[in-house]
Amino acid sequence: MKITQKIIDKHGLKSEEYTNIKKILKREPNLLELGIFSAMWNEHCSYKSSRKHLKKLPTKGKQVIQGPGENAGVIDIGDDDAIIFKIESHNHPSYIEPYQGAATGVGGILRDVFTMGARPIALLNSIHFGSPNHFKTKSLLNGVVSGIGGYGNCIGIPTVAGETKFNDTYNENILVNAMAVGHAKKNKIFYSKAKGNNKSVVYVGSKTGRDGIHGASMASAEFDENSEDKKPTVQVGDPFTEKLLMEACLELMKDNSIISIQDMGAAGLTSSSVEMASKGDLGIELNLEKVPCREENMTPYEMMLSESQERMLIILEDGKEKYAKSIFEKWDLDFVVIGKTTNTNKLTLKFNSETVGEIPIDALASKAPIYDRKWNKKKISNKRIKIKNLKKIKILDSLIKILSSPNHSNKKWITNQFDQMVMCDTVQKSGSDAAIIRIHGREKAIAVAVDSSANYCKSHPITGGKQIVCENWRNLISVGAKPLAITNCLNFGNPENPEIMGEFAECLMGIKESCEYLDYPVVSGNVSFYNGTNKKNISPTPVIGGVGLIRQFKKPMNHHFKKENSIIITVGKTFGHLEQSALYEEVYSISDGRPPEVNLINEKNNGEAVLNIINSELVNSVHDISSGGILVALAEMSMESNIGVLINKPKKLTNQFEYFFGEDQSRYVLEVDQNNLKNVEKILKESNVFYENIGATQKTFFEIKKEIKISVKELYKANNQWYTNY
Amino acid sequence: MKSSVIVFPGSNCDRDISVALEKMQFKNQMVWHKESKLPKSDLIVVPGGFSYGDYLRSGAIAGKSIIINEVIKAANDGCLVLGICNGFQILTETGLLKGVLLRNENLKFINKDINIKVMNNETNFSKKYKKNEILKINIAHNEGNYFTNKEHLNELNEKNLIAFKYCNDEGDVNEKYNPNGSLENIAGIYNSKKNILGMMPHPERMVDKLISNTDGVNLFSSLLN
Repeated sequence: MKITQKIIDKHGLKSEEYTNIKKILKREPNLLELGIFSAMWNEHCSYKSSRKHLKKLPTKGKQVIQGPGENAGVIDIGDDDAIIFKIESHNHPSYIEPYQGAATGVGGILRDVFTMGARPIALLNSIHFGSPNHFKTKSLLNGVVSGIGGYGNCIGIPTVAGETKFNDTYNENILVNAMAVGHAKKNKIFYSKAKGNNKSVVYVGSKTGRDGIHGASMASAEFDENSEDKKPTVQVGDPFTEKLLMEACLELMKDNSIISIQDMGAAGLTSSSVEMASKGDLGIELNLEKVPCREENMTPYEMMLSESQERMLIILEDGKEKYAKSIFEKWDLDFVVIGKTTNTNKLTLKFNSETVGEIPIDALASKAPIYDRKWNKKKISNKRIKIKNLKKIKILDSLIKILSSPNHSNKKWITNQFDQMVMCDTVQKSGSDAAIIRIHGREKAIAVAVDSSANYCKSHPITGGKQIVCENWRNLISVGAKPLAITNCLNFGNPENPEIMGEFAECLMGIKESCEYLDYPVVSGNVSFYNGTNKKNISPTPVIGGVGLIRQFKKPMNHHFKKENSIIITVGKTFGHLEQSALYEEVYSISDGRPPEVNLINEKNNGEAVLNIINSELVNSVHDISSGGILVALAEMSMESNIGVLINKPKKLTNQFEYFFGEDQSRYVLEVDQNNLKNVEKILKESNVFYENIGATQKTFFEIKKEIKISVKELYKANNQWYTNY
Repeated sequence: MKSSVIVFPGSNCDRDISVALEKMQFKNQMVWHKESKLPKSDLIVVPGGFSYGDYLRSGAIAGKSIIINEVIKAANDGCLVLGICNGFQILTETGLLKGVLLRNENLKFINKDINIKVMNNETNFSKKYKKNEILKINIAHNEGNYFTNKEHLNELNEKNLIAFKYCNDEGDVNEKYNPNGSLENIAGIYNSKKNILGMMPHPERMVDKLISNTDGVNLFSSLLN
């Protein structure tokens, strides 16, 4: 078949990229080769627009065993234990086909983790939808939530934490980010780097079908009015087969049979084989007629580009085939030797002994295009909005309005659709600052959380980037964990637009700054560009997934008030920053202005002091102060336990709205027993941490002296009503 | 006391139940679904999960598996059999327990801690509980909506074969506290000989204070004596 301009366009390749391909091959590619270039050179697989910026992120630390570049990141949690984790987006498929899109997002990220030898122990998600009133939102939400649950519940990995947010910006392009966390032995970690010439390349798992062909290319373009036509590029998930594949792989990994292993994710057989060969500085030869197919008459083109799920590629040690095969047969899975490693440094594709394609490996991997895209600095609004000049609304009414808004209302109706307890190590479920998972059979535990702040990132990308890392760090601190490392999912609009590219570059600067200062390196991640439809881009939405360690786990720390008559302390200074706050968004519908500043020195200092207090067992409950400020934080602490508070009015002559709803960073609320107060204050003073004693817990009523008084039950009602009418 | 846990492809609570059994001092063995012989056991557990992906219908394929014939034989010989969640669904598919488990009334998967009431504390599974004792216990299922015909329902009531009912924390059994729409709030039932118990809630998730509570412990300690 002659390669025409139309075919090149259809493969999403720019004309200069096509010229480059001809130069590399020293000839015209055939259709199969063109398809392979398109799969490897698209944004999703090549990171061509982002690589230059990603390089700047801190990825090292003494806790890091493996940083970005592998299937997932690996960190050391002491003894012989390692935690392997990563977050990934499945935005485009989920918008087209929400159930399958979300389900295969979960399936894909789980494979990334167990490919490396870890048994997955937790799933998290960050999902963003358009306005609840948008006609598509309800069905998208239902589909995505059932898809996440459908996959995780079936495979039997608990879904322990997440966030669900609504904003107009996602009306035409929702975000579905899934994170998986696994546990492995430090000396039993598996990598994708091939080693040795003439080793067997084995295909295991499901059969290959025609689903998902060019899925990665779809994820590298904006949507338009014909997006519905892209449905066939969405893969179909089978969690049952994935469960079998996971058990079979983990069983084989107990032995020393595997040289390297790679899951077939985006761009399927193409990217898995190329990545293994590229990392090992080898070539790879595949006999495509041996690929197990689900459908008849599949062509080499279809086999190489299919994104059928639940498949793996393994390079085996000599003489281990029979043993490995017996394990996969036990689990009723396909196991076929489809090729071998070579020393040609080429990807050689044969079909019934005839060579149907041949491409130098480095052209597809290390020499894939990299773009230094033009980017513009964000113009930051200098507009200050004074609360004094706004329409007067009562504090209580504002609080109720925030608590009953879709974004702040209780999300149990979503998380109750996920099995959070299977595996019996979930010590703390969704709804807390971070979930806590015990390491099976051990006394230690990990804490996990995901966070995003699209509004902050939109108005000031550098500060926004800084802030999400800090907020994530704070959430782990709040449950008594030492934060170790993060994974990030960078959801942005079209990188060819310099404004969007600027948002990306600047958010990353912010992320870098916080990660460096907090010794909180990035060990894995994923970039999702082209989130938008018809030139309308989403707000920049980097999502941070963090993992922390609780070395000696005794009892979970959370934000539920434990008893009456405890003292309430706020840690960190309250300045009263209201721009970009929940108050302005939910009550006044104002989206102008800058987000609150992040002071990393205070962040670290305050956090370490709070962690010290938790570890010294001096505190009953802890909550970080984030969206909605002090008052919303207090309400959340009350509602979980039906214990009220009596709060004093701020001493100084600050505006009460600024005081109670301000979203200044690096702050926590602590509930402290009277008799521990001295010791807590001692630690705070010695650490030079600013704190205020603001009141005490009490029975039944949520109260600010001479200002508001309402029963906690009523607050709870307000916080739990939105979804019942949705 | 010897126990056997049947492992189907897609079972996912098999490890949890074996940890709970071992904690309670059972000598436990895992039995793979392709086995044609059961080891000698005093208790057989059919665990939760998605056996064979729950394709076709929850528990339907497991109900026709090789090992299940051995389970049926052993059950008919009086061996104690406990089916939890998917295990309960499988037991109804085999006919060892009557009735069916339909989709939850709200058509959604439900995972939460709910209260159940011990309706009969005179069986091998429940004798350590007090009559009408209220247990807080985790449910996690998509098809837990128990249904059966009138005659069987009468039999269940007359012969005291209802093991547990969903209730509130004060023990009130009514529609309001029914999470999945099951008939008469039924959460678990016995066969007429009371050597087989099928239940939707997960007692194996409630044996460790650190992650939940210990309300499931007495089910296992009842079995030990």
